[in-house]
Amino acid sequence: MRMDLIQPFINSADAVLAQGLGSPISIENLSMEEEAYRRKGIAAEVCLKGEIEGRIIFDVDLGAAVQLASRLAGVEVSETDEELVREAVCELANQIIGNAITTLNDEGFHFHVRPPTLHTSEQGSKSSEDTEALVMVFNTASGNIFMNVALRHHCPGALEAAAIAG
Amino acid sequence: MEKFAPVTRSEDGQPVRYLIVDDSVFARKNLARMIETFGGQVAGEAGDGVSAISEYERIKPDIVLMDITMPQMEGIEAAEKIVRDDPSARIVMVSSVGYQENIVAALQRGARHFVQKPVKAEVLYEVIKYVMRDDGTTARGAGAGA
Repeated sequence: MRMDLIQPFINSADAVLAQGLGSPISIENLSMEEEAYRRKGIAAEVCLKGEIEGRIIFDVDLGAAVQLASRLAGVEVSETDEELVREAVCELANQIIGNAITTLNDEGFHFHVRPPTLHTSEQGSKSSEDTEALVMVFNTASGNIFMNVALRHHCPGALEAAAIAG
Repeated sequence: MEKFAPVTRSEDGQPVRYLIVDDSVFARKNLARMIETFGGQVAGEAGDGVSAISEYERIKPDIVLMDITMPQMEGIEAAEKIVRDDPSARIVMVSSVGYQENIVAALQRGARHFVQKPVKAEVLYEVIKYVMRDDGTTARGAGAGA
């Protein structure tokens, strides 16, 4: 997977999470994953279509999700406020992924993104050689935050050639 | 949350009335909290572009805070339709997707300004003061943080 497609997501997650949590965060681990994605906590998924295609899953341990929701809402949120906690995770995914997409578009990649949806299944589809996923683990005081990025880049020329070839 | 000098309508001294448009309930709540610190009033909310147009017609707010990526109808299209019907509409796009092409498209279709998420209250406050300037609205007292 091309690192120039991944780096904006790392930078954006770092900035948005640090602001959202009000404290610095660190990347604990970076790994490639070809196995099917297994959800860890509350997860939101964003799909991309265009020159860059694929999906990003933003997955937050329950403890970290509750802390994020409390910080962002400005009131104490408990684990029982499921709707609010899920909304917070989706909004945070939207902000992180949106900021990364901004960078990629300004670098000349053109694609479209749909609003985040809640990723409720325990397991996602298995990655292929094409869509091998990069998993980033961000460590926070109240739990881990995972970002699973599976993207591929279509060269515009290659798409046109494929269309002509039929 | 930090308190700001209230922004009021100069013609009657009443709070500025806002329409918040975002498909995320959470984002709407967050913006509503900020508006409260600006001395504003949330006149209505909508979760997509189609509802935004009908809510605008119904409540005629002083300002619209509009997300871009939404289901049914996206924010830029909704802004264009609102401004076509009411050229005096003041629309501020509030989105995490802030690439140049998107911002230019929003401004060309009638939006007055753009604020990137995550929204900082002090940034939104300054943008609102700017958008309302010379438009019958004034901020009392000092600037942000007063």
